[in-house]
Amino acid sequence: MSLLSKIRETVLCLKAGRVTLPYPAEPRPVPPRFRGRPIFDAAKCIGCAGCANNCPAREILVHDICQELRIIQYLGRRCTFCGRCADVCPEKAITMSHDFETATNAIADLSQRLELFMSTCQRCGRCFPEPSPLERLKLKGYRFDDVASERWVFHSKGYLDTESTVADIRIDLD
Amino acid sequence: MIKQLCRKMFRKSLWVYHANSGGCNGCDIEVLNVLTPYYDAERFGIKLVGSPRHADVMLCQGPAMRPTAAALRRAYEAMPEPKLVFAIGSCACGGGIWHDSYNVLGPVEKVIPVNYYIPGCPPRPEAILYGVALALGLVEKKMCPVTLQQRRLPIPRYHPESLVGTGIEIVYKDAEKV
Repeated sequence: MSLLSKIRETVLCLKAGRVTLPYPAEPRPVPPRFRGRPIFDAAKCIGCAGCANNCPAREILVHDICQELRIIQYLGRRCTFCGRCADVCPEKAITMSHDFETATNAIADLSQRLELFMSTCQRCGRCFPEPSPLERLKLKGYRFDDVASERWVFHSKGYLDTESTVADIRIDLD
Repeated sequence: MIKQLCRKMFRKSLWVYHANSGGCNGCDIEVLNVLTPYYDAERFGIKLVGSPRHADVMLCQGPAMRPTAAALRRAYEAMPEPKLVFAIGSCACGGGIWHDSYNVLGPVEKVIPVNYYIPGCPPRPEAILYGVALALGLVEKKMCPVTLQQRRLPIPRYHPESLVGTGIEIVYKDAEKV
């Protein structure tokens, strides 16, 4: 009896077939609306930093080196792939890819760094209007996130401390 | 170097210990998904064990929190050498979305050394399997840091001295890209 039940079980198992996916050997497609790693496009990006201001995990850093050069750095360490950066981007420079095979042995492999030229206003010669104290509270204007130690700085300044790199642009300090 | 060491040391089965130090259980469910027949991590000899003293690999989920950091450290020290630590999920990799909360210390690498990172919130079971296969040397690493530079100014720069003419017509002379 027990031998018969064993045979019956074997037949049942053979009838079920193989369900295990051959995953690491063969690629596995994802659902069409799957949100994987965001991919930044430097050619389309205008440097508005909307993604940095809307990131819930605060993983996108913005650093203004000088008046016309802005660095946007996506760190990707605690990114939850929520897609808010792609939603808010006015130029559609961020796309959520289907890329989920992001396991690494170094966490810095996940970062993406954009070095952008900011074009100046033709009237005032600045990249941004000078913010009022109220706007400064709302984190507009020049941003000084700490790219070297990968930290988000909460209080951005309304002016650039450093000397202007381009001679024909004069920055009025308050 | 770590990869070669892994190939040498972990030629036999990996026994994993599953440590949650304050996550939301999302990554736990995905890890248990990997162990089901559908994904079948036992092909690679991976077996879930209940005690860190039996384990070779620690799967960390959740950020290092103030109440659980000491327990996590103790569990890590209880594991026999050689040992690997996987940080699974964005909480364990970078501190999670509540990284600035009062009792979240940050990523687990603040407490214990981490060898492999699997980001995602939660990561797909395939992504976890990919990370394990990466550690075993079955697949190649696909990620590297990316830097994108705009070499040129996309629109012509404004120079007041290059404006010619007054009155009705103003000609902008140097319109080429800088």
